[in-house]
Amino acid sequence: MSEYAVDAPTVLPDDPSFGPEVQIDYPGYRSTQWRAPKRKLASLPEEFHDLAGPVFGEDVIEEHDHDLTHGHPGEPLGERIIVSGTLMDEEGRPQSGALIEIWQANACGRYHHVVDQHPAPLDPNFSGGGRCLTDSEGRYRFVTIKPGAYPWGNHENAWRPAHIHFSIFGRQFVQRLVTQMYFPGDPLFAYDPIFTSVRDPKSRELLIARFDLEATQPEWALAYDWDIVLGRGGNGATPMENPQ
Amino acid sequence: MSLPRTASQTVGPYYTLGLCRRPENELADRNEPGAVQLIGQLYDGQAAPINDGLIEVWDPVGERWGRSGTDADGRFSFVVTKPAALAGQAPRLDVYVFARGLLRHQLTRVYFPDEAEANAADPVLSSLGETERATLVAEQEDGALRWDIRMQGERETVFFEH
Repeated sequence: MSEYAVDAPTVLPDDPSFGPEVQIDYPGYRSTQWRAPKRKLASLPEEFHDLAGPVFGEDVIEEHDHDLTHGHPGEPLGERIIVSGTLMDEEGRPQSGALIEIWQANACGRYHHVVDQHPAPLDPNFSGGGRCLTDSEGRYRFVTIKPGAYPWGNHENAWRPAHIHFSIFGRQFVQRLVTQMYFPGDPLFAYDPIFTSVRDPKSRELLIARFDLEATQPEWALAYDWDIVLGRGGNGATPMENPQ
Repeated sequence: MSLPRTASQTVGPYYTLGLCRRPENELADRNEPGAVQLIGQLYDGQAAPINDGLIEVWDPVGERWGRSGTDADGRFSFVVTKPAALAGQAPRLDVYVFARGLLRHQLTRVYFPDEAEANAADPVLSSLGETERATLVAEQEDGALRWDIRMQGERETVFFEH
């Protein structure tokens, strides 16, 4: 038995009845302990869920905001990638004009952020933030580099699988989503309590992008395809009573 | 057709790289009539300030939006005006709380202290107990509105299903 066993992440068994929910008090992710609300969530009248949310226009986007490899004296180090996909609602309808913001570590697994002290090099040619609006078909597209895995101190020998953070504003206020996109085949998935906080393995898989050879540009960049579905609600604490 | 929605994941500690590239915490011009500062602190279950939280505020009537990261003392700050009231409801701002350690953002709302009558008649506020209700009403403090958010504890802020 490892001397670190006591600090090993508690990975709870898969539970499809959670659906796309996260378990917000997931014990393997230590920071949830004092931050996830303890009381039962209160209810709001149903009409609240129809309220529109903020709308952002082209004025918040600059020409190269979708290209994280741009804007520095040189090219960032790492594997250049294209990440694109369609933003939809639960009925499969494309969501146009939605603001998507992303942020990520550099190719070495280091964020351009004062709090990140991982002893991996910073890249003077990579800041790691971008944004775009979805087009008339709900499509988004970013050009960036593949982020590296990094250690995070949650437990002994804890490493985050490579990921890109996504923030999305839907049409309804309650469609707001912040999530993370992962890369196929990452060996760290099973050990990452943030990933496994999504208890249903099927929903977890939906956080993993698909390698897209067709969209890959010869001699230039690998492509990944990742669709995003905005829902209305689900607090993440309680399994659905009647899983379909 | 009903597609499974994409699951939530935490914003983590580095969200400023993507979400705080410029100040966006003024829902109103400071010189606008009725403009007031809304300030507060975000606390965890040990009453420690959360220094890597993100608060988003939405006026659903005036359609004004803003966000503020929290500083080393868990402080956030906005400039707001009191929204118009929706029929039968007290004026309020809708609020999302994001933070490292929150696997999904939490929904709450802030009501105004000079609206005692409307607050008493508000269907959401009046569905709550007195202690819970108090967590959603800002206080006057030196000409500003003060409203703290507590993720846990005796005075845990009321959060809503969403």
